[in-house]
Amino acid sequence: MAGVSIRNVFKSFGAVKVIQGISMDVTDGEFVVMVGPSGCGKSTLLRMIAGLETITTGEIAIGERVVNDLEPKDRDIAMVFQNYALYPHMSVYDNMAYGLRIQGRTKADIDKRVQRAAEILELSKLLQRRPRELSGGQRQRVAMGRCIVREPKVFLFDEPLSNLDAKLRVQMRSELQALHQRLGTTTLYVTHDQVEAMTLAHRMLVMNAGRTEQIGKPLEVYTRPATTFVAGFIGSPPMNLIPGRVAEGGKALASDGDVHLRLPEPRPALVGRNVLLGVRPEHFDTCEPGTALLSPDIDFIELLGSDSLVYGHLGADKSGARIAARLHTSVVAKEGHLPLRFAAEHMHLFDPESGKRLEA
Amino acid sequence: MVEKRPLLDFVSHGVLILGAIVVAFPIYITFVASTRTFEEIMQVPMPLLPGQHFLENYAQVLFAGTTTGSRAAVWAMLMNSTIMALAVPLGKISISIISSFALVYFRFPLRNFFFWMIFVTLMLPVEVRIIPTFKVIADLGLLNTYAGLTLPLIASATATFLFRQFFMTIPDELAEAARMDGAGPMRFFWDVVLPLSKTTMAALFVIQFIYGWNQYLWPLLITSDESMYTTVIGIKRMIVGGDAANEWNLIMATAMLAMLPPALVVLLMQKWFVKGLVETEK
Repeated sequence: MAGVSIRNVFKSFGAVKVIQGISMDVTDGEFVVMVGPSGCGKSTLLRMIAGLETITTGEIAIGERVVNDLEPKDRDIAMVFQNYALYPHMSVYDNMAYGLRIQGRTKADIDKRVQRAAEILELSKLLQRRPRELSGGQRQRVAMGRCIVREPKVFLFDEPLSNLDAKLRVQMRSELQALHQRLGTTTLYVTHDQVEAMTLAHRMLVMNAGRTEQIGKPLEVYTRPATTFVAGFIGSPPMNLIPGRVAEGGKALASDGDVHLRLPEPRPALVGRNVLLGVRPEHFDTCEPGTALLSPDIDFIELLGSDSLVYGHLGADKSGARIAARLHTSVVAKEGHLPLRFAAEHMHLFDPESGKRLEA
Repeated sequence: MVEKRPLLDFVSHGVLILGAIVVAFPIYITFVASTRTFEEIMQVPMPLLPGQHFLENYAQVLFAGTTTGSRAAVWAMLMNSTIMALAVPLGKISISIISSFALVYFRFPLRNFFFWMIFVTLMLPVEVRIIPTFKVIADLGLLNTYAGLTLPLIASATATFLFRQFFMTIPDELAEAARMDGAGPMRFFWDVVLPLSKTTMAALFVIQFIYGWNQYLWPLLITSDESMYTTVIGIKRMIVGGDAANEWNLIMATAMLAMLPPALVVLLMQKWFVKGLVETEK
């Protein structure tokens, strides 16, 4: 087993720059999720680690070895593809054994490894089936089996769950976690689904437009997003971002539509600066009008059962920022003003130009 | 469609039966003629029921040929036709599957140019380029040889095009997965591409077998030696002149024999053939 080092990696396809300088050290046995919107370069990065794409500049090392010029088969890695890429004419057994046969292993050794993987993945009864006779979840497991039998240093997953239905996805997610706990193999996992990223990752790499937005533990990324992009991408519904200027000695925010928001904690250092105030919808609480930090006009309400999503606007005539709040259903009025507050630890301030987080 | 309309059933069956008769009747007549003596079929009207000379006529053409026209035995012609009809599809499939593999899976300079070069030959079937092709084959000393019979028909773009289209539907991830498994390009070809192409190959085999078997103009040109005649050419050589001079009963027997192998190939390979045309196993 080994870690993976990505050192200042760039990738361009002709004039199009897909990856623009990404660095990350993945330690041995870590489960790292690369997450970002479609086209952010996360799959390309994974394919570069796999050896399916060349590296324009920079270095990728697996363990101690720089693998830039190594063929995929020499990198000691295994990969699960989004559409599984099982060999359709081979049985489940042969699909798993194919790579081992090419390595020239003995029949007994191959059989031992395949049987063990089948047992781990509960495929033992399906070994003679063809891929098309399997369900989506079973195919997924065969694709994982094909990786496990090779006992590689690193597992690479390219959106492995996106072809499954919602229920199966949740199930496979926990199976993946269990598998990683059992094998402890370093894993790099690409997804666009923030829930997958949050639940699976030890650490996550949030990417946007070929750049790193933030690297950190899931909870860290959630509680202290480094940029407005991360703030908007992680969390659902996304974080409210209210533009304004810090005023009144740092105690309030002058926002669009002649709105004065009171801040739960003064920031005198930022007086006169334009900022984006970020608050997650789930961190709002209703309160007495007197103690409210902001009180948007309710536009409409989505009932989710125990919770409700309340959408509203700040300012008279709805001229201010849009606000979304997730509140307990019992406390929600149908219309009118909704007095809201939030705790100081849930206040995020960002620089509107760079999008970077402003620390206290 | 679930519909109960007796009149429609009646009419549609009527049309179908009529169509079947139009197609089948000439073949039936051919069969009847092949079982009678020359004198019997020269009567007007010709008898419409099979006669007594089935074995006699077929034995005569198979082992001795006609007495007035070509005297070559038909069994030898059937052999020649079989060799030609097998060599054409096998040769075609082998060269075109390899060239399509190169065109789809390898990046080399002028790849598309070469594909279009191959594709353009679709516009140049043997009949169009027959004089220059004859000249080439003659200069190579291949007249009256199996190589001369088959080579010009093997070189064609149809199969290359078909395989190329099929390969392009194989997901890229399959090639990538094979690469991760450590399979080189040729290993991938043998272990993955070839098994997946089975049905396409079968469909091509059927089409090209019939194409090879039914060749007329080309074998007519380059075979002058009786021992190299194909069955189709044999039939032509049996017809020497006016009606009376031809032993139509024997010619019809030969025609029946010439029809058999393609029909057998279609019947035996029907399942694969249809599969190859409608379904891709991916």
